[in-house]
Amino acid sequence: MRIEGRVWLAGDNINTDLILPIQAYYLSVEEQPAWVFSANRPGWSDEVTPGDILVAGRNFGVGSSRPAARSLKNLGLACLLAESINGLFYRNAVNFAFPSLEAPGITGLFQEGETAEIDFDAAEINNPKRGERLTGTPMPPQLLRILKAGGIYPLLQSENLIR
Amino acid sequence: MPMTWKEAPMGMTAIEKILARNSGQDVVRPGDIVTTKVETAILFDNNFMATSWREILHVHDPEKVVVVFDHRAPASHVLSAQAHQTGREFVKRFGISRFHDIGFDQGISHALVADYGYGLPGTVLLCSDSHTCSAGVFNLAARGVGSPDMAYAVTKGETWFRVGETVRYELEGELRPGVSAKDVFLHLAGTYGDHATMNVEFSGPGLAGLSMNARRTLTTMSAELSVEFATFEPDDIMLDFVAARSDRAFAAVWPDEDATYADKRVVRLDQIEPLVALPDAVLNNSKPVGDIAGQAIDQAFIGSCANGTLDDLAIAARVLEGKRVHDGVRLLVTPATQNIYREALRLGYVQAIVDAGGVVTNATCGACGGGSLGVLGPGETCITASTRNFKGRMGDADARIYMASPATVAASALQGSIASPLEYFP
Repeated sequence: MRIEGRVWLAGDNINTDLILPIQAYYLSVEEQPAWVFSANRPGWSDEVTPGDILVAGRNFGVGSSRPAARSLKNLGLACLLAESINGLFYRNAVNFAFPSLEAPGITGLFQEGETAEIDFDAAEINNPKRGERLTGTPMPPQLLRILKAGGIYPLLQSENLIR
Repeated sequence: MPMTWKEAPMGMTAIEKILARNSGQDVVRPGDIVTTKVETAILFDNNFMATSWREILHVHDPEKVVVVFDHRAPASHVLSAQAHQTGREFVKRFGISRFHDIGFDQGISHALVADYGYGLPGTVLLCSDSHTCSAGVFNLAARGVGSPDMAYAVTKGETWFRVGETVRYELEGELRPGVSAKDVFLHLAGTYGDHATMNVEFSGPGLAGLSMNARRTLTTMSAELSVEFATFEPDDIMLDFVAARSDRAFAAVWPDEDATYADKRVVRLDQIEPLVALPDAVLNNSKPVGDIAGQAIDQAFIGSCANGTLDDLAIAARVLEGKRVHDGVRLLVTPATQNIYREALRLGYVQAIVDAGGVVTNATCGACGGGSLGVLGPGETCITASTRNFKGRMGDADARIYMASPATVAASALQGSIASPLEYFP
């Protein structure tokens, strides 16, 4: 899976309440993405264009089980690259089919607005402008299969376990 | 002949051994992806919200499922009322016997796990609330997951885990009066920061002086350390606690003496002081209460899966007894379960809190998640003994949330500003 897109930067410890705040909780799935980062970066969700890539610091997605990964996916982001990712967020990323990689050192590889080229399966990340690259932690094959199937729900639906 | 656990290959932490046992392997190591059976799967009201719920057509084993309404209970909104209706239909359709509707046995899922012995040592427990690591206090693999994971676990009876490295915390000594497990957590969060992709294992001679409630505050708050799993080494206090509440069989797991840890850290409980996390973030954000004493507050909250225990209500009552909450401050106290509420009534804690001007609510997550009962308005300041102080967590994004122990919150409610609790514990 190859992904290429414009980079946005986020800091350390970006929590789920910043991604999917309580005010968005009673809104429809389609309306929720507009609220991403509304508390810490108002207006940002309007600037994101489909295919953009989010590059974040340590412990991305700390917090609740709310489907924050789904909001980032539905906002149009193609991929998350972070120094480290909270385990619960990572599960939701796999299960909602939002491509996410841990890549220690990633925050030093990009400035905002630069382009990232990613070989997702191999976790190889390239900054063509700088000619610098970095290899992150590949998603384990068992989880990559879920991601590529479109997440858990399509799998369960195909087995007639959920509707 | 099946291998007994004493003969198992050595060199695993408690959580590694639990994951090995439940995935049918002799050994698991950090970096492995394992598929385990799920002994206990807990669904709660958020799962049944229309924006999350996918109709489940098959349940692997109804005896392994628990259904709880806690986040918005009683319903705070038409959508949450509909979620409760969907939940009741699910319970009826699949014959779920362990169901906690609004009423006698209502409460927050993690506290109900303790009340009813749902957390069996050595097993795997899932719930799609992030503080599910709470049940790790019972020496099991308990993890908060997402709604899709719950659909998978309920229909198939299994789940996957990424095995991480483990940090072992050895607790020594005893907490001083007025200092509690919440302060121990704030010390860990302030000193060590996040533990993303890793587990924590609590052990050491200091366990003997910590009640099950105090220990559970530590495992519950471990979600804020971003852990995969938090576990306690078993002892008689824990094993007796579970045996008194469950008639199901279980076998506890001890870590191997030659287990490999990412780090071993000693925590001197007698040196912990009352701490407060400053607004907007839990990690690397703790300060001694004295550093911010005098900060004015509008609201004070004691509750949640982390701090709605009987111990917490006892501490609040002790601080508040015979006094009045400061003018202009709203003190909200939310027991974690109706069982705790009844016991607090019987012991006079509710009387002391209400007489002081505190408002005692029904058992629910309530103000902790900003969903109901005590939402903060723009510019307001709250000190909370709950789970999180993220920006916007309890209401408006411009509200400021300080997080501390129940003793510090109660003392602050009396003072009208952030205050040390130590004078109430001579």
